[in-house]
Amino acid sequence: MSIIKTNNLTKNFNGLVAVDKLNLEIEEGEIFGLLGPNGAGKTTTLMMLVTLIPPSSGTALINNYDIVKQPDLVRKSLGIVFQDPSSDDILTGYENLKLHGLLYGMPANLREKRIKEVLKLVDLTARKNDLVKKYSGGMRRRLELARGLLHHPKVLFLDEPTLGLDPQSRETIWQYVKELSQKEKISIILTTHYMDEADLLCKRLAIIDHGKIVALDTPANLKKVIGGDVVLMQIAKPNLAEIKKLDFVKKLHVNNNLVTLTVINANEHLPQILQLIGKVESVEVHSPTLDDVFLHYTGRAIREESAEGGWGERMMNYQAKR
Amino acid sequence: MKNELIGIYAVWYREFKVFLREKSRIVASIVTPVLWLLIFGGGLGSSVRITGVNYQTFIFPGILAQVVLFSSVFYGVYIVWDRKIDFLKEVLVAPISRVSIFIGKVIGGATDSMIQVLILLILGTIFGAIGLIPGLQLTIYSFLGALVILFITTTALVSIGLIIGSQMESPEGFQLISSFVIFPIFFLSGALFPINNLPIWLAPFTLLDPVTYAVDALRNVILGSSQFTLFHDMGIIIAFTAVIIAIGTYAFKKMKL
Repeated sequence: MSIIKTNNLTKNFNGLVAVDKLNLEIEEGEIFGLLGPNGAGKTTTLMMLVTLIPPSSGTALINNYDIVKQPDLVRKSLGIVFQDPSSDDILTGYENLKLHGLLYGMPANLREKRIKEVLKLVDLTARKNDLVKKYSGGMRRRLELARGLLHHPKVLFLDEPTLGLDPQSRETIWQYVKELSQKEKISIILTTHYMDEADLLCKRLAIIDHGKIVALDTPANLKKVIGGDVVLMQIAKPNLAEIKKLDFVKKLHVNNNLVTLTVINANEHLPQILQLIGKVESVEVHSPTLDDVFLHYTGRAIREESAEGGWGERMMNYQAKR
Repeated sequence: MKNELIGIYAVWYREFKVFLREKSRIVASIVTPVLWLLIFGGGLGSSVRITGVNYQTFIFPGILAQVVLFSSVFYGVYIVWDRKIDFLKEVLVAPISRVSIFIGKVIGGATDSMIQVLILLILGTIFGAIGLIPGLQLTIYSFLGALVILFITTTALVSIGLIIGSQMESPEGFQLISSFVIFPIFFLSGALFPINNLPIWLAPFTLLDPVTYAVDALRNVILGSSQFTLFHDMGIIIAFTAVIIAIGTYAFKKMKL
């Protein structure tokens, strides 16, 4: 059974299409990833699904409730951890959770019991009476994770859950997300532009670019599409004509002086490639990653864009701040 | 319906906790009006006579209204902060209506104001008793009357602050716009001077100022003298409050993230 089903979900910002007729079905209980560069429309999609911005056209069902017609029932069914910290730092961790429980109309005894449970789940029981401003970035994210779970939602949305965290905190957050997806029997939708994160956490993922889904499958299957190993070479004047003739070279991509090849059995064929291509400054061979998958589908490396926010996200902020 | 009431309580709970935690806010909000009463009132009072009453005593009702005016309207800045720190999203994504969020915020802001009013009324009683403000005698009737008048007034003024706040994206912008609203309201309200003898060009403006009627009603219950009847004053205050609250709920319904 699907817990989320979108139907031509679309969002225009002043004529710019941020999300373009999105059709997506997410199964109950899975961790589903929306992967794409900044500005691909991930956050806009999420904001529509959680009823914070209305779609321009199309709609979606969450837990069988329509996001346009039944926003209140949709809101009850979902929890969300926003991209930026959204807890009140003048309140304690416990008070933030209590406030959330009240906002969701939880009965007092259930609320208190559940607060204990979620605090334990994210290991914040010892710090629950500290003001949130004394928390580290990772702790604050964990608190918001606990808060998102407090009211027993059917779906949990995580918008870039580890953005801006140090490597150690990122791994901790991953552990908690994995753990709670098993313990809480909950569907999780996360957006990310980190390939490793999507690979590690998601059962299935959709690669989204310019508001459209360009590929949707399990990380393993997506990687199979590459059909070989990936060879990265730094080279000033590549002799590409010769390389293109080789039958074991499946794909070729050039970005400045970086040449990316997809090669069957790279270990065996690498000497021959090096001989033909010219004077190489450095070379690297690896099995396909989601980075390569993204490059395969969009023709661009995700890194090429992620340095600055894309127009979709910027439009969204622009609209939101008005 | 029950959930909406709990939601209103939730919004209020947070506002109240934050208020209690920002001790400097409470202290500043009490020190300023005391300075007005003792220094401004004492200084100007030494050369200005208002018929029948000491100048400090005369402005005491006005200073009560001033405290409520400043504290209530500036309270709207907190919604700008909520938006800036993204806390607003957490509240807006919850399954309660925008109307409940608005009401919770209004009650939260009104609570802040009323705590300050209560402290000032107690200080006024003490200052009157020890002769620091000669002639100020607060009775139980004036004490309770002032609380009722100011509670209604503060709900309207908090709503004005929230309406401005719901449209602004920066705290600096809020400060600027709200100052344009607050200062004319304050000066025209007659908080610092009697309004019965004004130049002909000025008088109509004071009558357009809703806080004029709050100050007049306060003078009625505290000093026993006023320009209009208490019924007249209260009628205008209540009608104004009802209109502003209606505009406020509309502004919240239309509010963007």
